[in-house]
Amino acid sequence: MNKALLTYLVWPLVKFLIAFIIVQLIVVAMTWIERRLLGFIQARLGPNRVGPWGLLQGIADPVKLLLKEDILPTSAEKIAYFLGPMLPLIPAFVVFALIPYGPPPAFTVTRVNVGLLLILAITSTAVYGIILGGWASNNKYSLMGGLRSAAQMVSYEVPFGLSIVGVLMITGSLDLVQIVRYQETNAWNFLPQLVACFIFFVSMNAENNRTPFDLPEAESELVAGFHTEYSGMKFAFFMLAEYSMMIVNSCLIVTLFFGGWTFGMFGVGLTTSVLRGMGFFGGILGAAIFFAKVMVFMLVYVWFRATFPRFRFDQLMDLGWKWMIPLALGNIFVTGLFILAGQERLMYWIGLALLGATVFYLGRKPAPRKGIHASRVSEA
Amino acid sequence: MFDVHEMEVNFGPQHPSTHGVLRVLLKIDGERIIEAKPVIGYLHRGTEKLFEHMAYPQCIPHTDRMDYVASATNNLGFVETVEKLMGVTKQIPRRAQILRVILSELQRISSHLLWLATHAIDIGAMTPFFYCFREREQILDFFEAYCGARLTLNCMRIGGMPEDVPAGWLEDIEAFCDKFDAAVDEYESLLTTNRIWKRRTVGIGVLSPEEAIEWGITGPPLRGSGVEWDLRRAQPYEIYPELDFEVPVGKNGDTYDRYLVRMEEMRQSNRILKQCIPLIRETPAGDLKAKISKVIRPPEGEVYHSIESPKGELGYYIVSDGKTQNAYRCHVRPPSFVNLQALPAMARGHLVSDLVALIGTIDIVLGEVDR
Amino acid sequence: MSETTPPSTPPPSAAPAAPTAPPVRGADEIKRDPLVAAAVARAADAVLDARELVGEITLFIDTARIADVCRTFKDDGFVYLVDLAGVDYSKFPNHTGPRFSVAYTLYSFRRNARVRLRVWTDGDVPSVTAVWKTANWHERETFDMLGINFTGHPNLERILMWDGFNGHPLRKDFPIRGIDTGARIYPEVFPEGGGPKAGSTGKPVNDVNLYKGEWKAYGSSPAAQIGGGAKPAPPKPAPKPVAAPAPAPVAAAADDDAEEEA
Repeated sequence: MNKALLTYLVWPLVKFLIAFIIVQLIVVAMTWIERRLLGFIQARLGPNRVGPWGLLQGIADPVKLLLKEDILPTSAEKIAYFLGPMLPLIPAFVVFALIPYGPPPAFTVTRVNVGLLLILAITSTAVYGIILGGWASNNKYSLMGGLRSAAQMVSYEVPFGLSIVGVLMITGSLDLVQIVRYQETNAWNFLPQLVACFIFFVSMNAENNRTPFDLPEAESELVAGFHTEYSGMKFAFFMLAEYSMMIVNSCLIVTLFFGGWTFGMFGVGLTTSVLRGMGFFGGILGAAIFFAKVMVFMLVYVWFRATFPRFRFDQLMDLGWKWMIPLALGNIFVTGLFILAGQERLMYWIGLALLGATVFYLGRKPAPRKGIHASRVSEA
Repeated sequence: MFDVHEMEVNFGPQHPSTHGVLRVLLKIDGERIIEAKPVIGYLHRGTEKLFEHMAYPQCIPHTDRMDYVASATNNLGFVETVEKLMGVTKQIPRRAQILRVILSELQRISSHLLWLATHAIDIGAMTPFFYCFREREQILDFFEAYCGARLTLNCMRIGGMPEDVPAGWLEDIEAFCDKFDAAVDEYESLLTTNRIWKRRTVGIGVLSPEEAIEWGITGPPLRGSGVEWDLRRAQPYEIYPELDFEVPVGKNGDTYDRYLVRMEEMRQSNRILKQCIPLIRETPAGDLKAKISKVIRPPEGEVYHSIESPKGELGYYIVSDGKTQNAYRCHVRPPSFVNLQALPAMARGHLVSDLVALIGTIDIVLGEVDR
Repeated sequence: MSETTPPSTPPPSAAPAAPTAPPVRGADEIKRDPLVAAAVARAADAVLDARELVGEITLFIDTARIADVCRTFKDDGFVYLVDLAGVDYSKFPNHTGPRFSVAYTLYSFRRNARVRLRVWTDGDVPSVTAVWKTANWHERETFDMLGINFTGHPNLERILMWDGFNGHPLRKDFPIRGIDTGARIYPEVFPEGGGPKAGSTGKPVNDVNLYKGEWKAYGSSPAAQIGGGAKPAPPKPAPKPVAAPAPAPVAAAADDDAEEEA
C-alpha cells in the first residue's frame, strides 16, 4: 500500500470512524445526562430504571424507537418525507471530519486550511431537511415548524458567521488548528472577543433549535413542529441530527473561543508542545481536555433548557436582526480599530472587565418584591 | 372566501396546551391570528341534567367533576346554595365553617399551582411545572388525609362537614404554610423578573376593566384588569368577614398582571390558612353538622348563590319545586365558561404563540366549561 | 313560600304567609326597594310582578321588552350580567302558562347586590347580546339546552352539543338516559330539530326496554340495519309520530319552529 493512500484515505477514514463513534457515544450519553440533569434541576429523579442509575436508558431508547411502527401519513409527499430526516444527518456527520480533537497531526482527521468556512458551509445545509420534513408531512403544524425553522436558521446564520470574523481578524487564519495554536500563545479568544463569543453562543443555541429558541418544535404551540408526523427511527434521526449538531457547535465554540485541546494561555500550561512532549498519552490528554470542554457546553444547553421560557417568533427575529447582527458588526469594527492601533493586548483587559461587570450585574441581589395593590376600583 | 395569505388551523381538541379538549378554530395570516373561534362541548356530560334527577346530597360528587382541579370550592358553592335555599346558612357550626374555608383555600392554592405549572410550560418554562407539583402534591396529601380522595373530594355536606379533622392534620398544614411563602418566592425567582417571561406576557391580551365587566369576566382575570372585586370580600360567606387578607389587583389587565395577581393570591390564601388554624383549634371538636332534617327537601323557590372559586365567580342557580328531594333545575354559572368567551377578543391580532399564553392566563378547566 | 298561581298574571299577588322567610313583602313593596326602585321607575310598565326569597329580588319582565329593561338596568348600575339560565317549567307542580322561563342575574358593583329578572316564554325571547357581550354564550347555551330561541342573537348555534343534535337535553321530556344520536349521520331516521325521539326503536321513550337491547345507545345507530338491509330498519322515516308521551309532540312542534328561525 503506498504512502499517499495511507495518508489521505485510510488513516483519515479510521480516525473519522473513531471520532464518529466517540461523538455518537456522547449523543447516547447525552440523552441520559440531559434527563438526569433536568431531573436534578427540577427536583425529580429522571430515568433511573434501566441499568445502574438508569445508565442503559441511552440504549433502551434507540431500541424502542427502532422497534416502533414507522408511520407514513397517507397524504405525505413520500420522497421528501423520507429525505427529511436524512438530510440533517449528513452535514452533522461530515463536519466531524474537520474538527481538530487533539494536537495535530495525529488527532486531526483532516486538516483543511479553510476548515472554518467549510464547516459553516456544510452545517448551514442542515436546515433543508427540516424544511423538507415539515413540508412533506402535509400537516399545518409541521409546515409552520418548518417555516419557523427556515426563518430562524437563516437569521441566525448571519450573526453566527459575523461573530467568527472577529476571531479570524485576530488569529489571521481559517485553519482551526492555527486558531487553537494562536490561543495557546495568547489568551483564549473569549477574552478579547467576549462579545463575539456571546453572540456565537446565542446563535448556536438558536441554530440548534434549543430552548429558549426551540420555536420550530415548540411543544406547547406546534405540538412537535416539523417532526409532528414522524415516528420510529425517522424521529430518532431528527433527534440524532439535533444532538450531533449540538456537539458540532460545542466543538466549534471550544475551538474558536476556548482554546481547543489546550489548557493554558500565553504559552504556559498544557500547550500543544507540552502535550506533544508526552507522546501518545499527551494526545489522548489533549482530546480528553477538548471533550471535557465540549461537555461543559453540552451541559449549558441542558441548563438553559431547564431555566428559560421560550421566545415568541417575532421576538426571536427582533433579537436576531435588531440586536445580534448590529452587535456583531460593531464588534468587527471595534476589533478592527484595535488591530489597526496595534493594541490587541488591551482587548484582554477590556474583555476581563466586561466579564467582571457581567458577573457583578447578574450576581447582585434582586430588588425587593413590590406588591401589586394599585387598586383601581371601577366606576360602576 | 379566503385571502391567499390566510390559513385555517384547527387548534385542538387534541393539543398539548389547550388544557383538555378545547378546540380553537384559528384563521391565521402567517402566524398572526385574524380570528379565533373557541369550539367547546367535547367534555359535556350533562351534569345539569343529572342534578335534576338526583337528591341534593347525591349531586355533590357530581360537582367535583366540573372544575376537577378545584373540587372543594365546587362542593362549597353547591352546599351553600342549598343551605341558602333552605334558610339554614346561619346554623352551620363554626367549626364546619372554618374547615370549609381551610379546604377551599387549600384548594385555591392547589388550583393556582396547577395553573402556574401549565401556564409556565405553555410559555416554554419547564422547571416551574415540577416545583409547583412538588407543593401541590403535599396539598393533595392533605385532602387525602381528610377525605380519602385527592382530586374529586366530595368533602362537604349540606348542613356541615362529614368528618372532623384527622389527628395531626392541622399541624401538617401549619408546617406547610410556614414553608409555602418561600416556595412562592422560588417560583417567582424563575419567572417574575425573567425578561423572556416578561416579553411573552406583558401587553398580551389586554382587557380594560370596562371590557372585562362587559364580557362578564370574574376572578383573577377581572382583578388583573384593575377591578378590586372578590366575592370573599364583596359578599362574604362562611367566616371570611373575620379573616384578614388583601385582594391583589393589577393595573394593566395583561397576562403579566394576571400572573402577578394569582401569585399574590397564593400568598394571601396562605395567610388565610395561617389565621384559620388557631381559629379551628378554639372550636369544640366534632361540632360539624347543623341540626337539619336528614331528608333535604327545600321549600319551593329559586335561589342564586355564588362563591369565589379559584377561577372566578362560581354560581349555582337552583329552582326547587318544594315537593321532591331533587332540584327542579340546577344551573351552574361556571367561571371558566364565561371567561373563555373573551378569548377571541383577547387573541385577535396576536401571534399563535400568544394564544397558548392566553388560554393559560384565562385558566380554563374544560370539565367546568362543558359540564 | 310563594304562590303557585300562574306567574305571568300581572296582578301583584300578595304571597301567602311563608313559613320560614322574613316577612314577605308584596310586589309593589319590592318594586319600591331602593335597590331596584330607580330602574323600575323607568320601565314600570314592563315589570309585571316581583317576588322575594332569601333576600333575592326577582322581577318578572314583559318578555318582549326584556332587552330594553336590561338596558335600563345596565344604565342604572347593574353593569354585570352574572348569569343567564333557562328553566323548563313543563313538569313544575301546578304550573300553567308559558313553558319556559329565562332568568337574568344582574349585579351592581356600586350597590354590591344582585337582582334577578325573569321572563316567561314559549320559545322566543329577545336577545340581550346587544346589551352585554357576555350574554352571547349564555344564550347559546340556553338555546342549546332548552331550545329557547333568542331573536336577534348574532349566531345562535349549539355550543355544548354538536350541530344537528336531535333535541334539547335540559327539556323535561328529554330522557335522562339520553337518546340515540344518529341524527347527523342518518337524517332520514333521526330528523334534526324537534324534541326527543324514541331512538332506533320507534317506541315511546319510556317504553323502551334497555335490558333487552331495544335501545341502541350513544351513536351506535342502526347502521347495520340501514346499511346491511338484512333486517328492515324498525324506525320508519321522519313523519312517524312518537306514540304520544304527553308533552313531547307539543315540544317537538314548538321546537321545529324555533330552529328554523335560528
